[in-house]
Amino acid sequence: MSRRPWALGAVAALVLAFLYAPIGWLALVSFNDSRSLSRITGLSTRWYARLFDDAEVLEALGLTLRLAGTSAVVATAIGTLAAFGLRRAFPGRGVWTVLLSVPLVVPEVVLGVALLGFCVKLAGIPLGFGALLAAHVAFSLSFVVVVVRARVAGMDARLEEAAADLGASPLVAFRTVTWPLVAPAVAAGAAFAFLLSFDDVVTSSYLTGVGSTTLPVFVYAQAGRRGVSPEIVALSTLMVAVSAALLLVGVLVAAWRARASTFVEPTRDH
Amino acid sequence: MARRPPRWLVATGLLTPTGLWLGLFLLAPLALVVQFSFATRDTGVARAVLPWTTDAYATALDPAFLPIFGRTLAYAAVTTALCLLLGFPLAWFIARHAGRFRTALLAAVLVPFWSSYLARVYAWKALLDGDGLVNRLLGAVGLDRDGGFLLTHGAVVLGLTYGFLPFMVLPLYVACERFDHRQVEASYDLGHGRVSTFLRVVLPGVAPGVLAGSLLVLVPAAGDFVTPKLLGGVGQSTFGSVIDDQFRGGNNWPLGSAMAVLLLVLVVVVLVLRGRRGEDVL
Repeated sequence: MSRRPWALGAVAALVLAFLYAPIGWLALVSFNDSRSLSRITGLSTRWYARLFDDAEVLEALGLTLRLAGTSAVVATAIGTLAAFGLRRAFPGRGVWTVLLSVPLVVPEVVLGVALLGFCVKLAGIPLGFGALLAAHVAFSLSFVVVVVRARVAGMDARLEEAAADLGASPLVAFRTVTWPLVAPAVAAGAAFAFLLSFDDVVTSSYLTGVGSTTLPVFVYAQAGRRGVSPEIVALSTLMVAVSAALLLVGVLVAAWRARASTFVEPTRDH
Repeated sequence: MARRPPRWLVATGLLTPTGLWLGLFLLAPLALVVQFSFATRDTGVARAVLPWTTDAYATALDPAFLPIFGRTLAYAAVTTALCLLLGFPLAWFIARHAGRFRTALLAAVLVPFWSSYLARVYAWKALLDGDGLVNRLLGAVGLDRDGGFLLTHGAVVLGLTYGFLPFMVLPLYVACERFDHRQVEASYDLGHGRVSTFLRVVLPGVAPGVLAGSLLVLVPAAGDFVTPKLLGGVGQSTFGSVIDDQFRGGNNWPLGSAMAVLLLVLVVVVLVLRGRRGEDVL
């Protein structure tokens, strides 16, 4: 490293502060004694207590967690298969790549209204869990494929060839060599899919049914009706905390796996 | 060893579940939207019926909607520019000068990216309110504004920039990390100044990251309706919020569909303009 660029560092610090200040304020104000979101009058945990007394919130949270879990499992399962399918060149791979990039570039509002029309008018799928699952898997799949495919592409094929040469059947080779190498990426893809589903507002807002609302959609509807209440701020803070905790766990697991498997670091393709 | 099935068959088999899911729950619905956009409005439960017509497009392209279309593009463009302006120094610093804190700093950028999108919008709603912290701090130096900063273009652009900044930082970081710094030294050695080096060497070098990041910000910013709805008002409605209105309150599915198709066309145009250059980073 040559000179220390203080000016650049200061700008970078300011941008990071810009990213964190609003979330920090939100967390602070969620412990406020009064209803005000701009003046701290004292500290209390009453908004959190009130939140956990709210049956509607708990029900929405339950549905959101079930949905995110199911969506992550489905998206990871079929997305991982797809990532392996794209491993080597074959006629039509380009078309598949384009198809998989579609969910990344379609604006969410378009996806939401399209699925609303599809469920209501064409497929007769009742709005609620099923419709939400269809949507969440559809927009999470591409992210799973991107993450897993990067790992699969970086894998040294000679390791599997060596396993075959040493007499391992394809199944044994997959279980003992391929899978341990790919598993961290699959876990990362699943976490990605879980969070995308857990946090989704726009697409979901068209597909929730009566009595089957996800937490973000519930929060969005509440704010539209009553403005931002301290309970909602407490809930938002909790959601940030959950996301941050999940990311931290992910980073730690990844670091631990990397240390445990340094002797099979992925090599680049030629 | 047993005879193996041909490679394309295995690959297609592995891709089939994904293909079915995306075909059924992505392509078919999008095709349906295109169909709706040519249908006639029905205020009953049918919502969109025959006969086929291009009325919805005539309405969508009506001069009355033109300001909204222009405003959406302006919001998205200014948001992208601001994200670039804020994101580049951060990405460059992390990639070049952060040393052993690089991973930690990158994770720090990721945490807000993972945090609830709604929470981020609400934070600004609380901060920009008439009684909000921003207004009170500005009040201390006599710059406060009656009623706060909600319902302004600035509030919407601020919210969008804040919401999508991490999407810009990540591809920029990848590009900055890949950039060979010796080119900068070579440029200095050849007598170029700082500005000239930045414009002729650094910028072309990180162009793939700039393009990928801009795309990742521009598309969601152009389609977003939650931020304009929560931080803005009627005067800040965007294409996304008008589409939303047609499907929720206004109950004009053909018009909403036509606008959705126009938004998709806009995305395709951006993609084509981008070409294939940003692909390796995205």
